[in-house]
Amino acid sequence: MSYLDLIQILDSTIRLATPLLFACLAGLFSERAGVFDIGLEGKILISAFFSAAIAALTGSVWLGLLAGIAASVVFSAIHGLASITFRGDQLISGVAINFLAAGMTVLIAQDWFAQGGRTPALSGEARFASIDLPFAEALSGIPLLGPLYAEAISGHTILVYAGLLTVPLTWYVLFRTRFGLRLRAVGENPGAVDTAGVSVVRLRYAAVLICGVLCGFAGSYLATGLAASFTQNMSAGRGYIALAALIFAKWRPWYALGACLLFGLLQAVSNRYSSLDLGIVEIPNAFVLALPYILTVVILAGFVGRAVPPRAGGTPYVKER
Amino acid sequence: MEKLPKWADIALIPLINLGLALIVSGIVLGFIGQNPFEALGIMVTGAVGSTYGWGYTLYYATNFIFTGLAVAIAFHAQLFNIGGEGQAQLGSLGVALVCLALPWPHWTLALPFAIVGGALFGAAWAVIPAYLQARRGSHIVITTIMFNFIASALLVYLLVGALKAPGMAPETAGFPEGTQLPTARDIFAAIGVDFARTPLNVSFVVALLAAYALWMLLWRTRLGYEIRAFGHSQSAAIYAGISPFRITMTAMLISGALAGLMAVNAVMGEQERLLQDNVQGAGFVGIAVALMGRSHPVGVLLAAILFGALYQGGAELEFETSVPREMVVVIQALVILFTGALDGMVRSPLEKTFLRFGRQRPDPDMAAK
Repeated sequence: MSYLDLIQILDSTIRLATPLLFACLAGLFSERAGVFDIGLEGKILISAFFSAAIAALTGSVWLGLLAGIAASVVFSAIHGLASITFRGDQLISGVAINFLAAGMTVLIAQDWFAQGGRTPALSGEARFASIDLPFAEALSGIPLLGPLYAEAISGHTILVYAGLLTVPLTWYVLFRTRFGLRLRAVGENPGAVDTAGVSVVRLRYAAVLICGVLCGFAGSYLATGLAASFTQNMSAGRGYIALAALIFAKWRPWYALGACLLFGLLQAVSNRYSSLDLGIVEIPNAFVLALPYILTVVILAGFVGRAVPPRAGGTPYVKER
Repeated sequence: MEKLPKWADIALIPLINLGLALIVSGIVLGFIGQNPFEALGIMVTGAVGSTYGWGYTLYYATNFIFTGLAVAIAFHAQLFNIGGEGQAQLGSLGVALVCLALPWPHWTLALPFAIVGGALFGAAWAVIPAYLQARRGSHIVITTIMFNFIASALLVYLLVGALKAPGMAPETAGFPEGTQLPTARDIFAAIGVDFARTPLNVSFVVALLAAYALWMLLWRTRLGYEIRAFGHSQSAAIYAGISPFRITMTAMLISGALAGLMAVNAVMGEQERLLQDNVQGAGFVGIAVALMGRSHPVGVLLAAILFGALYQGGAELEFETSVPREMVVVIQALVILFTGALDGMVRSPLEKTFLRFGRQRPDPDMAAK
């Protein structure tokens, strides 16, 4: 493997990690507020479809992004309605949302475009263009670091950089603002928050809606940045990998970045090599693809660095009467 | 005092929920320019209007009975087994290994061994999530989701490697002739009735027996009582000397075994070789079926037939109109949403209505006392 190969793998790692990162941070907000969300997958999918569809119809990727976010937020609102207002089972609601997205996207795609459940291919203004970071050209001559900067770090779409910036932003909101403190408290001990006179319901809805917005970015990047159209079930389990990354990161923003980059790297490697020859053993591709899930189970088992979820996660809050 | 009479809990609420799901589905159909009543007509005729329709409906229903029972038994122990999909995939591996192991002379010999193979492999795939839940407190929903993906990666690995038959497709060799299960057509032909050529086979009977066995287990044995007691109140069950570890493990192993049995119908009865995606979401349909059937074997049976009809009707709908098959997935999602997550939306107003109704007309027996 040459240095250029390595840079190309890093480049594709960053691309593949971006949707995971958005979805993972989305889950972070929701689960920190005590609302489990296994519907990340569905929200990514519905957003991917509406982003691609609206971008194809209007020719503007920005309108597509807005449509994707709106669709994802609507699905979040359904999840909120079921799990906060009607105190239903959050896991079951998530399952329903995943199916709803899987079915609705194909149904609407077929009705609008009649291309077998996909949208037309996007080009030009209907896709996010890649951005060259300053001095990328000038610095590319520098040995080692130059190509790394020019090829792997520069030249992504704006959403990739937005995703990376969302990490410190999430950290700041959750750990340095009053809203963030309350949001985390509501996921640990909603009764205490309620006693302090802060509305549990409103906080949880806020968290769920933020989750919707971030999943909207994830789906939009998937369909208009990473790919150039919507195809059936294109989220392909990314919502679940993001969930795995969230557990792997123990519900922390900076760890989430690390986990998403790691899982992105695994995807990039498995896309590039049909099997991984490590000299002594040959690792099959399927194993590399399954590794995020295996690692998550190991972390969950608690033998290496136990992951403890927010304490009130998954339980609806019932105010005392 | 019970807030709701029993009939309202087991019949009225599911029916209202189903009705809501169908109304929303109708609105969706209307939006994509399809007359919902016409669509419903096509689906009903397609699903139950001929022996062909019935054959497919009950074939799908057989899969859903197994996966639905799998989710149901776990629900009884307050466990949400979302890993039916992966357990069924492993079950298919077990069934395939049994079928390919010997040149079976007759299906009556192959079937019992295939049942054991499917059940064992399915249960084995539930062991680690169950153990982690029981001993380490790892959330079973997350671990079983992860195991679904690991299962599909494992199958991909085996089907492009060790188990692959010569040729391009990632699949095993076809099963020997002696493993072919008699279909409904064969059975009905023996009594002189003409039944259309469908994949419906004797596995349907196995599914009915499994439902009966599960009912026996849950309501007629000590173990079943313990599972239900544990599901109702863990602390009370522990106080009564019921081991949480044992119940969690047993319930999950039975659940995995039931999911694995699905392969007897789908892989041995229909595909007759091991394919990569042989479960096709039936593991997840089991969630809808168990919710709809209130985790009771009879309810699961009825809900599975309903979903079987939905799948067959959806296929006909795609054939007759421009509505894609995914309409069924939407209906399924709405059923899960309304019967599972939005249950409280229907239940609490209904409870209030019944309470008010109860106050106006007091029970004469109570007044006499």
